[in-house]
Amino acid sequence: MARLNVNPTRMELSKLKKKLESARRGHKLLKDKRDELMRQFMNMIKENRQLRVEVEAAISEANRYMAVAGSVMQREVLETALMLPKQEIELDVEEKNVMSVIIPVFKSKYRIDNENGIYSYGTAFTSIDLDGAVAALSSVFPKMMRLAEIEKSCQLMADEIEKTRRRVNALEHIMIPDYEETIKYITMKLSENERSTTASLMKVKDMVLKQSHNFN
Amino acid sequence: MYKAAVIGDSASVSGYAALGLSVFRETDPARVKKLISKLAASNFAVIFITEPAAALVGDTIEKYRSSRLPSIVLIPAVDGNTGDGMRALHEAVEKAVGSDILN
Repeated sequence: MARLNVNPTRMELSKLKKKLESARRGHKLLKDKRDELMRQFMNMIKENRQLRVEVEAAISEANRYMAVAGSVMQREVLETALMLPKQEIELDVEEKNVMSVIIPVFKSKYRIDNENGIYSYGTAFTSIDLDGAVAALSSVFPKMMRLAEIEKSCQLMADEIEKTRRRVNALEHIMIPDYEETIKYITMKLSENERSTTASLMKVKDMVLKQSHNFN
Repeated sequence: MYKAAVIGDSASVSGYAALGLSVFRETDPARVKKLISKLAASNFAVIFITEPAAALVGDTIEKYRSSRLPSIVLIPAVDGNTGDGMRALHEAVEKAVGSDILN
């Protein structure tokens, strides 16, 4: 706790009182912001975790299919089958404001809506496991996009929460106590000055009385 | 209009081509780094990267963590799940809350 380096005057005192007032108000607001951010973050992180578990399981499944397909087909044939995709994805990125954190919202547009129409190869020379892999990936893809969205949101919110928490702590443990201590110091100094003036006035009065009237 | 990309070893990412994602078969750290910067600068909003490939370029991924786009998502590679994706999630919780309360 350090007293601020200011002159103990009435002007500084009223300035500091105003500053303390706004620091307190800011502290309250930031604390509310932190709490609400934290609440939303907890909801999101739960969904994020759930999604990640699901997506990882589905991708592992697809990878298993892919591994089998890779072992029964020649590498070149496999690559050729997937070389010219029919499906195309375009993303629209919108913004959402959550407690002044701007988070992205992805909207995907597919060229082919029919999920059976995405196979870019004939079935004659490819393994059925390749179909399984593509089907598994295609069914989990919406979840992957949601995961991309929510994971980014969680990262951005975690950053913002950390920043807000630091601000709240700085206000609570440094700025506000400093202001309070300085205000106390100035008040004491001013009243001390006042007392000292009164005392010297009384002394002078005594001396004057004694001189003019021999009054004791 | 934005696009989505996948980066990783050939066996892990080939399947995504059928979904219409842009597939990049890269596993060399320097080239993956360059590729991520290039994709981030052009109109790629989502980059899926396999966990082994991501492990090689941790600092580049860290760099894009706090920017709004692109969203870089770790996915398991063909040779199994390393748990790096989940670990990143736990790190975010630790950063926000101060301790990992998910367990």
